[in-house]
Amino acid sequence: MKKKVTVGLGSCGIAAGADKVYRKIEALKKAENIDFELHKTSCVGMCYNEPLVEVEDDTGYYMYGGIDEKKAVEVLQEHISNDNPVKDYVVLSDLFHTKDAEYMEGQVKIALRNCGYMDPESLEEAEERKAYQGIKRLVNESVKSKDIVEEILNSGLRGRGGGGFPTGMKWRFALNNDSSEKYVICNADEGDPGAFMDRSLLEGDPHAVLEGMIIAGLAIKASHGVIYCRAEYPLAIKRLNIAIEQAREIGYLGKDIFGKKGFDFDIYVKEGAGAFVCGEETALMASIEGKRGMPRKRPPFPAASGLWKKPSNINNVETFANVPWIILNGADKYASYGTEKSKGTKVFALTGKINHGGLVEVPMGITIHDVIFKLGGGIQNDKEFKAVQLGGPSGGCIPAYLDDTKVDYDSVNATGAIMGSGGMVVMDETTCMVDMARFFLDFTQKESCGKCTFCRIGTKRMLEILTRITEGEGEEGDIQNLEELAYKIKDNSLCGLGQTAPNPVLTTIKYFRDEYEAHIKEKKCPALSCKQLLTYEVDPEKCTGCRVCAIKCPVNAIDGEKKQPHVIRQEDCIRCGDCYNRCKFDAIVVH
Amino acid sequence: MRVERLPVKNEETQVAEPPIDLTLLDDLIRKYKNKRGNLIPLLQGAQDIYGYLPRKAFLKISRETGIELNEMYGVATFYAQFRLQPVGKHIIKVCHGTACHVQNAGGITDALEEALDVADGETTPDRLFTLESVACLGCCSLAPVMMIGEETYGKLDGSKAVKVIKDIRLQEKKNGG
Ligand SMILES: Cc1cc2nc3c(=O)[nH]c(=O)nc-3n(C[C@H](O)[C@H](O)[C@H](O)COP(=O)(O)O)c2cc1C
Ligand code: SF4
Ligand code: FES
Repeated sequence: MKKKVTVGLGSCGIAAGADKVYRKIEALKKAENIDFELHKTSCVGMCYNEPLVEVEDDTGYYMYGGIDEKKAVEVLQEHISNDNPVKDYVVLSDLFHTKDAEYMEGQVKIALRNCGYMDPESLEEAEERKAYQGIKRLVNESVKSKDIVEEILNSGLRGRGGGGFPTGMKWRFALNNDSSEKYVICNADEGDPGAFMDRSLLEGDPHAVLEGMIIAGLAIKASHGVIYCRAEYPLAIKRLNIAIEQAREIGYLGKDIFGKKGFDFDIYVKEGAGAFVCGEETALMASIEGKRGMPRKRPPFPAASGLWKKPSNINNVETFANVPWIILNGADKYASYGTEKSKGTKVFALTGKINHGGLVEVPMGITIHDVIFKLGGGIQNDKEFKAVQLGGPSGGCIPAYLDDTKVDYDSVNATGAIMGSGGMVVMDETTCMVDMARFFLDFTQKESCGKCTFCRIGTKRMLEILTRITEGEGEEGDIQNLEELAYKIKDNSLCGLGQTAPNPVLTTIKYFRDEYEAHIKEKKCPALSCKQLLTYEVDPEKCTGCRVCAIKCPVNAIDGEKKQPHVIRQEDCIRCGDCYNRCKFDAIVVH
Repeated sequence: MRVERLPVKNEETQVAEPPIDLTLLDDLIRKYKNKRGNLIPLLQGAQDIYGYLPRKAFLKISRETGIELNEMYGVATFYAQFRLQPVGKHIIKVCHGTACHVQNAGGITDALEEALDVADGETTPDRLFTLESVACLGCCSLAPVMMIGEETYGKLDGSKAVKVIKDIRLQEKKNGG
């Protein structure tokens, strides 16, 4: 066979330089007339190894990681021209074991089944990988709407946007509300900062999301689809629009689709404009209508009165991506993964102080420990694992000693965190938990729409207290005040933003109370992270006067002659820690 | 709260509005006039043209589409995407998403504030740079990350970030003669 070279061009890959690598390979192919096929794909989830270049030959496949232009030239020459794979750069292969193999082996790919395995801009490649076979089966066998709903209900699929509401139930409500105008809405707002599951899915397999929506359209008898996508995801929007165009052309979107008279369904993409609260379903619909994205009271639920006051069904990107697989493989197959109440798989964006940061899809019920240490490869720089944050600004921190917690809706909820949409931020001993709480409160405080007093002002008051604590001005009674405010905000907020905003604070107080107390009573940050509580100094005994710190200090706050001990001018130091990180002689002390 | 996005009327920090060509709006208005839910696309389109939402553009869109000025202003101040002041040629977006925060994104912003002598959200007097904080650019595995134009810079620290800015400044000087 002709050798096949595939470059991963997701946003993460491109940011790491995959675009340049692709162009380099393309140029070399032309210039030197080397004979091989060159393909593009999206992210396979191994973000920590980007840019990734895969080479397939008669013997098997070789995934090369961390490839820059120079290494690309080497791989082309050695592997393609001389049949001599450059094993040093191989991170994954079906021919021999690599240390990264575990990252892929622990995964079950259902939602991500095609991400990284095909060109997302090619309908042909998608169809080779079974795109649109689910909907075709439904149309050909004239499966009734209520039976489709039943199938989804039986699969146990729950909403992947954070709430975890059974998808089949939601569809049933929408089906039962009669109207000549109904909407299927895909929530691609992905507001949780630090999560990118939906982005990867949209960039890697847009047709899966479209098919999921078309199936929903058939199931609830709707003919309009809208995808509300964050404007910060230009590549996802571009690929979605390409996919929609392709689907329209071949008759998978539009009028009488899949050759069935009267089956009309079309989709358009609506760009968001930057507001976290617009991920909330009623706010999202207000935003599509061109208004300020303020949540409103429910009921009426969207299934009764949603977009333009018509019955609407809204689901998350990942929820939709699961649907075609369920239709094709059966509800039972899907339900065979996971736990009793949480079926199937869940995609997580593994980030923070973890060795293998990237995207993983795991069966529900796997433990946090397995995700972090087996798939994730453990903590960076051999530091100690301290906590993991799930659910972003609505979620909470789970401490290391609870790492046998199973990843399913109920087990995670029991810790005080929530499953959320799939952000999993790993923290080590150098992360200050009070600062994490402050970080999330700062976020929710800014993003509150302002409708409810407790959410609007309460979060602000909490943020003020937390900021004071991290700056060494904490007072006796602050923790009690935080808790009191937290419960009032939870009880008196209209939408999920306010109702969950205190969670990061409550969970950190629950599990890391001693850290709060150290800040308040001793004016110390045990993690050595809160800047105001730190001092950087040079240890004159250890300093060799190499000048590295003095040259690199972004504010030139370090004085000293070559080969003489240096001194940090405290009044100018911005406490960025650059010197500390760079000193080869451990001569910078921080306390 | 989102109202905090209202611009502060501080004559000293406010950059003067450059003259603008309002006819550029005509096609946009024609495309979206009388369509339901058109307000956000109109504002997005106008911002694409001018880089921000000039006061005069508001007035023209309102006059020609009949959308109330207060409604437009309400929407424009609600969404983070919309800017009511002109911005620098290069917008530096420093990611402050969770992953980047954990990897010390604060240090990047601090160093850039110091190097550019502006606060977060402000534009340099020469209108070359605007410094901004954003939530998650979707490259969390490269944290901490910043984005300038189409280019993303990952695995940064304070001095690396400052160097990027210095290089751009140098390049601009060269191009300017
Ligand atoms: C403040 C807030 C933000 C939300 N952001 C998102 C989001 O970014 N993406 C998402 O799919 N759901 C988000 N949700 C949940 C949605 O309101 C809704 O429950 C979800 O889209 C339903 O889809 P699902 O049932 O498939 O999960 C958010 C909810 C709240 C309260
Ligand atoms: S809880 Fe907060 S975000 Fe939600 S409606 Fe009330 S003020 Fe707005
Ligand atoms: S948190 Fe910075 S890129 Fe995601």
